[in-house]
Amino acid sequence: MREREDEWTGLMRSAISGDSAAYHRLLKAVTPVLRAAARRGLARAGQPVDQSEDIVQDILLAVHLKRHTWDTSAPFAPWLFAIARNKLIDALRRRGRRIFVNVDDFAEILPGEVAEPTASASEVAAQLQALPARQRDVLQSIAVDSASIKDTAAKLSMTEGAVRVALHRGLASLTAKLREQ
Amino acid sequence: MDTDQLIQTLAADNENRARPVGFALMLALLAAAPVSLLIFFAELGVRPDVMTAMHNPFFDLKFAVTLALAISATAVSLHLSRPETSLRGFGWWLLIPAGILVAGISGEMMMPQRAPMMTRLVGSNSKACMAAIPAISLPLLAGALYGLRQGAPARPAIAGAVAGMMSAGLAATLYASHCTDDSPLFVATWYTIATALVTAIGALMGARVLRY
Repeated sequence: MREREDEWTGLMRSAISGDSAAYHRLLKAVTPVLRAAARRGLARAGQPVDQSEDIVQDILLAVHLKRHTWDTSAPFAPWLFAIARNKLIDALRRRGRRIFVNVDDFAEILPGEVAEPTASASEVAAQLQALPARQRDVLQSIAVDSASIKDTAAKLSMTEGAVRVALHRGLASLTAKLREQ
Repeated sequence: MDTDQLIQTLAADNENRARPVGFALMLALLAAAPVSLLIFFAELGVRPDVMTAMHNPFFDLKFAVTLALAISATAVSLHLSRPETSLRGFGWWLLIPAGILVAGISGEMMMPQRAPMMTRLVGSNSKACMAAIPAISLPLLAGALYGLRQGAPARPAIAGAVAGMMSAGLAATLYASHCTDDSPLFVATWYTIATALVTAIGALMGARVLRY
């Protein structure tokens, strides 16, 4: 477990210094752990666990938009679990439950426990439809059609810079909409 | 959008990272400062005898207290803007201004005084003090909260309260140069009430705007 967390810290450091592939690997690596913790939190609150994927996506968006608050000299896992815990509590509160979520819930999860299939989430997809057209088109193109920024720019007749701006704004407003719902 | 697609999208946005919270906070405070300065100079202004007042250690002490509050609250605000932090181990910073004030009060007690204690405590500007400090601090508080929105505080209400202390400390520093009541007893009473008010406003606003 210790090794796993050291690996995350290393990947996040590379990500911060501009390595998008490392960032992709990191997000892939933490997702099953977040998913298992979300399921556990939902189960304990007596909520259907099939909503866990919405919480996972909510956490991933927060990690993305707040990663500048991570101190690169500190280990990554405590920061990640603090965000995950916050989002899990938020999600349970929105569903009308208050529950104590222990940070250890995240740390305790063993690799064997986390082999869950990717479930579908509905909240992000629903809020995506409410975004301004340009942001929505860019997000659709990159997320759903797996297009690169360059291809997206060509397809939508935008500059690459404009695609990057629309992508970031789209992710930020998506997060704001999820928070306010 | 399934989670793999979301991850792919986030990775595509890796180049876009926000600036550090401290930088955002500084810019926001610099943007808000002219509004507060305008309120101060239009309505109050520096007291006319400021050159002689500067030789009074109790006049200078006011700035030590208010600046200590502003600086320690800024440090605590930046600390609390990270998701994994709490006041624990850091909250004592906020006691520094109170400590300076207590030292000032004991110092004043040991000196011969022309005015009785209650007169010094009540002073002649208590109402102005309680109105001016919140009025000057509100633009700064709005700026501070705007800057701190870049952060990810675990407890938004507490982060907002500390932002309130920061702006009250800055506002009180301005106000102290106007006010002719220099007794630490006056400061401990009325500045504290004004700061508590701004802190409460900060907590209420922080709970709404600092959630992430």
